[in-house]
Amino acid sequence: MSALKLDHVRKVYQSGDDETVALDHASMEVGDDEILALVGPSGSGKTTLLSISGGLLSPSEGQVVVAGDDISGYDPKRLTEFRRTSVGFVFQSVNLVPFLTARENLLVVADFDKRDKKRSAARADQLLDELGLAKRKKNLPGQLSGGERQRVAVGRAFMNEPALVLIDEPTSALDTKLGEQVMELIVTEVRARNTAAIIVTHDLRMTHYADRTLHITDGVLETS
Amino acid sequence: MIELRRRPGRFAPAGIALVLLTLLLLVLGGLLDGLYNGSSGALRAQPGDLITYSSDAKLSLVRSRIDSATVAEVEDVPGVEAAGGLGTALLGAKVPDHNDEVSVALFGYQLAPRGVPSPPAQIGDVYADRSLKAYGVKEGQTLLLGPAEYPVVVVGWVSDTNFLLQGGLWGNLDTWQAALGSARPDAVLAPGTVQALTVTAVAGADPTQVASAIDEATGGATETVTRAKAVASLPGLEQQRTTFNSIIYTTFFVAALVVSLFFALLTLERIGMYAVFKAVGASSRQIFTQVLLQAIVIAVISLVVGGLLALGASLVIPPQVPIQLTAGRAVEVAVGLIIMSTIGSALSLRRVVRIDPASAIG
Repeated sequence: MSALKLDHVRKVYQSGDDETVALDHASMEVGDDEILALVGPSGSGKTTLLSISGGLLSPSEGQVVVAGDDISGYDPKRLTEFRRTSVGFVFQSVNLVPFLTARENLLVVADFDKRDKKRSAARADQLLDELGLAKRKKNLPGQLSGGERQRVAVGRAFMNEPALVLIDEPTSALDTKLGEQVMELIVTEVRARNTAAIIVTHDLRMTHYADRTLHITDGVLETS
Repeated sequence: MIELRRRPGRFAPAGIALVLLTLLLLVLGGLLDGLYNGSSGALRAQPGDLITYSSDAKLSLVRSRIDSATVAEVEDVPGVEAAGGLGTALLGAKVPDHNDEVSVALFGYQLAPRGVPSPPAQIGDVYADRSLKAYGVKEGQTLLLGPAEYPVVVVGWVSDTNFLLQGGLWGNLDTWQAALGSARPDAVLAPGTVQALTVTAVAGADPTQVASAIDEATGGATETVTRAKAVASLPGLEQQRTTFNSIIYTTFFVAALVVSLFFALLTLERIGMYAVFKAVGASSRQIFTQVLLQAIVIAVISLVVGGLLALGASLVIPPQVPIQLTAGRAVEVAVGLIIMSTIGSALSLRRVVRIDPASAIG
């Protein structure tokens, strides 16, 4: 079973009489432990593709299947539940909650899902331990280094044991050396959990970390 | 809730505003209750369902006069179980070891009001309202009433029996007549004349029908009203209530406005964070519940602090200011502020619902 399957997915934005096609009949498949790099210039549709894959947006046409579930027709409420249980996100600017400790930033995901508190706490501790943050779990994001914050963000993405992790421009604000360290960390963690991942990046130097690279231009996908 | 604990400073502006509004509401409410209770205690305490005045008095206890013949007519009306005479004299009282005179309302009574024992047998003995303690009045003391310094002895204490903001003194009808006569020799009343009657209707009788029957039996010489109407007819009382209540309701509205503006700004500031929450699976309801809880906790903390400040203020305010903090008023302010905070924060709901989780990416 593939982690993600897009079949002729279109996304059209309406603005008065004008139509903007952000994604045009995109079809692709990501294996259940595959890491895919999605590369394209600004405005190419890569964020739209990522958002549709993660249930943040609904497609105008086509079919989106994540871990066997066809989410194309889900209403907003079911999409919320889907995001809570089936996908993990690592956001471009990390986006940790500034007043929560590293551990609480992980637990917040479990809280939204009303999971068993004891099990969630054990999972958060385990993830932080694996990410080398056991001694930093009580620190607030402001007390962590950039790399540590990135690791907390990765931990948060894995908190709900997702079938698919979506990573948005993880190196955009970093220099090459730090960017490579972050990519290495992400890839190591994704592989360690046999999880599928899509990494959106504009930085071609980072694509070698992925199993496969897809290019997207003007909403159209092309295999590299 | 964690944010409230870790970053209390962020909520300080709303908290301080709500503390001040709580203080204002409690002080205004306390003044209203103090004025209302201090003006009407003597009438509210009456045991009868009805108060009978002379018809020319226009429901003024001070102006009313009912002679003994009319009293007898009232007592004979079917449906009347008991009718007791009531008279008052508003006088200045000299308290031993105190230079300033205290304003008192000396009552003569036959039927014991709520919380007041039967009339003292001894002429010159009176029960004093506890509020007079603030003016140095003590049990066993002799107070000198009016320009003729008519002496009365305080033989016990009663509560909530003041009249027109003057401390209540309760003696028998003879004490009242003697004190009134000494203060105003021109106003000496004929024996058996009282100012009003407190009338108890027989069980099961309709008080308004009994009131009509009394006024009919006296040939229109009396005007009988329910105790509530007698209270409402006290000069200026309704106007005071309306004025104070208008200010209190406006203050509640301002509280809702403060909370709504604060949380509207806070929500605007947090759109990015809420978008991330939604992206990782939080529903609008979950996010809004957090906003609501924060508003309620801020309101509760502000209520406690504001309540303590109001309590402190009431202790240092001089006894001449009729402020009275009651549990009922505190509950009303607490419920009102929590409702207003809920409504105020609820105005952020639309903004929270409209946050697009997709905005967390790109």
